[in-house]
Amino acid sequence: MTEIVKLTGIRKSFGGVHALRGVDFDLRPGEVHALLGENGAGKSTLMRVLGGEYRPTEGEIVLDGTLTELSGPHDAKNRGITVIHQEMALAGDLTVAENIFLGELPGLIGWRGLYARAAELIAELGFAIRPDALVGSLSVAHQQVVEIAKALSQNARVMVFDEPTAVLSVQDAERLLSIIDALRQKGVAIIYISHRLDEVLRIADRMTILKDGQSVATVAREGVTIDDLIRLMVGRPLSALFGEDVPRTPGDEVLRVEGLGRGQAVRDASLSVRAGEIVGLGGLVGAGRTELVRLIFGADRADTGTVTLKGKRLKLRSPVDGVRAGIGLAPESRKDQGLILDKSIAINTTMARLKPLLAPLGFIRRKAEHAVVNELGGRLRLKSAGPDAPVSSLSGGNQQKVVLAKWFHVDVDLMIFDEPTRGVDVGAKSEIYALIKQFAARGRAVLVVSSEHHELFGLCDRVLVMREGAITGELSPDAYSEENLLKLAMPGVGQAA
Amino acid sequence: MTTTPTNLPNSRFNLQAAIQNFGPAIILVVLLGIASSMSDVFLTERNLMNVLRQVSGTGLMAVGMLFVILTRGIDLSVGSVSAFGSVLSALWVQQMMPGLAVPLTMLVGAAVGLCSGILIAYLKLPSFVTTLAAMTIARGAALIASNGQPIRMGKAGDAITYFGAGSFAGVPYPVWLMGTVFVLAGVVLTFTRFGRMVKAIGSNAEAVRLSGISVARYEVAVYAISGALAALAGVISSSRTGIGSATIGVGAELDAIAAVVIGGASLLGGRGGATNTFIGVFILGVIANLMNLANVPGYHQQVFMGVIIVGAMLLQYGTAALRR
Repeated sequence: MTEIVKLTGIRKSFGGVHALRGVDFDLRPGEVHALLGENGAGKSTLMRVLGGEYRPTEGEIVLDGTLTELSGPHDAKNRGITVIHQEMALAGDLTVAENIFLGELPGLIGWRGLYARAAELIAELGFAIRPDALVGSLSVAHQQVVEIAKALSQNARVMVFDEPTAVLSVQDAERLLSIIDALRQKGVAIIYISHRLDEVLRIADRMTILKDGQSVATVAREGVTIDDLIRLMVGRPLSALFGEDVPRTPGDEVLRVEGLGRGQAVRDASLSVRAGEIVGLGGLVGAGRTELVRLIFGADRADTGTVTLKGKRLKLRSPVDGVRAGIGLAPESRKDQGLILDKSIAINTTMARLKPLLAPLGFIRRKAEHAVVNELGGRLRLKSAGPDAPVSSLSGGNQQKVVLAKWFHVDVDLMIFDEPTRGVDVGAKSEIYALIKQFAARGRAVLVVSSEHHELFGLCDRVLVMREGAITGELSPDAYSEENLLKLAMPGVGQAA
Repeated sequence: MTTTPTNLPNSRFNLQAAIQNFGPAIILVVLLGIASSMSDVFLTERNLMNVLRQVSGTGLMAVGMLFVILTRGIDLSVGSVSAFGSVLSALWVQQMMPGLAVPLTMLVGAAVGLCSGILIAYLKLPSFVTTLAAMTIARGAALIASNGQPIRMGKAGDAITYFGAGSFAGVPYPVWLMGTVFVLAGVVLTFTRFGRMVKAIGSNAEAVRLSGISVARYEVAVYAISGALAALAGVISSSRTGIGSATIGVGAELDAIAAVVIGGASLLGGRGGATNTFIGVFILGVIANLMNLANVPGYHQQVFMGVIIVGAMLLQYGTAALRR
């Protein structure tokens, strides 16, 4: 069978920077071809070349056996290449049907026909979404379905999925994988980018690994293990990901939460975390984990229940109270909640505790501040151009390190991580795991929310599982398994302890 | 530092930032060149000082507006508050010492801002509508306090009118005042916690809040500052005319906003500075002055002013759009 896409010797330089230094990649109709590599390996650049956004400096793009030059994204789209972006490119205030047919809406809209066609397309994907619903009101998973339906309506033959499951719950991710399988059956060729290797191994027929802008290997699924893939990507096996265990002995209870609740989102949640202990919060997206930790931090107000830190009952009206009491939160969305992207590393690092760096009249002692930031940057092995570099210039992993630096500087007693490694590449993940462990080893209490099971199992001393706003059970290390976790997390399954 | 393609948009961003940093200065230099070639009078010290004195009220309001805009808000009430300030200072100066009347007037202005600020920061009302309401309230209050009549300060206001007419080292007192306020604002924005937090809030209020910082307090503070400075602008107005008037400052909020935006500040918050805002104020003054020197009729001036503002904005923002 001839390749639908064949890229040979693709190079792309920006000024003196070589983002791609010779990539070979091919895609056959009806296959799922995964593209793997750390952040900065060149995956997105390569996809932008294929999507017509970038013109390669060197190399050939062959589509259906013909040497092609893509004049732009529109050209690529016309040739049937669609990129399903991680950040949705949909109009939230328009209906599902309007979004699907946005480019081809007639001047006068026949609503009934439009809705019918939209419903049909969505049904083909095995979903039932009201075509007249506003896209903004849909869940992220359903928005993704709409985007796929849109691509189908434009007769896409090549679909690029860029980390599609990063924002989905376990269930929704499952459904998405089945959609991708269905697309494959229809003969659509799929390029699949993901950091979740277990997922990749399930869905992909072949995998190409990029490293430093070069394709280092293309392997078929048969006989490949996660360890093999990680070694190809970073040159280290999986077991090394979580690093050496620093010996930790849990001390006194730091956090005690009793009967905490807010509406239907969090119901009667009780838990405790001891000094030096890392406790995980698992469950499906929407189970109330983020909502629970936000209550503990003071970001939202609880209707019922109490939070006690180091024996002192807290009155949490806002994060001001949480931080003052000694709680830190690395929020779910780094970019929207954790960092001020356009501001410097220094500003972001010292923001939560500027007081020791102040001279009279509120003047900031810049030198002292730089010293603090440099010291923390060294401790966290932050790769940056210096304290005054904007956070937006950092990679995802280094951005997360700035969030960590902020709370290291505050020196909190309880640190809450909500999805600490989302959108972070394998190498940086391992560094962040090591930092979290170090933090606990220094006698701090740590609470980790994560949707990646192996992350919870690799990192935590015990894992609490939530479902529909309530804590449904606890797993100790000897009971760590995906199956046990899902039993507690899935609605409709018995409430095992 | 590793060189990943993710760094690239950043290096481009820096170039853009440079345009935004020096754009206002470049516009001003070009404008000064045009102005001096068009008129022999323009570049005289007398004329330039005149320009500065005319913009000193707008300048004060622009400083307050800058603080508000940096937090991603807007204050439409400054023109009306300046009128209220003008009336109050003219009334009070007849009952008490100017040294008391002026601070009290500013305090009232700050109180108006405080009310708007509390509604905006704690009750989450949109700043646009809230300060629009404050605008009509302050205007109404000014008309009530003055009975709709201009208030002559007379002999009691000598100290204030002396301030409005006099000068030190060749520079009029109101210009000294404006300059001092700009320098203070610059220092606060660049070197202090307050300035840093104001800008941080404008960039990402949620991240600041989740760092345990009371965002609302800073927000209230900027509206209070804006109100106080607007009232002070009203005092400057009465100091020059000797009259407290409830009808001054109509549309002055737009001049202040224009000055801040021409000075490169982003209406989306987080970006802007005192120096460039000052340049923005000066640019507006020069344009008005130039049109007077060129005998452009008043109505035409308004049209020209609008066109020139659009031109300045194109230089600021259009360059960014074209680079895509």
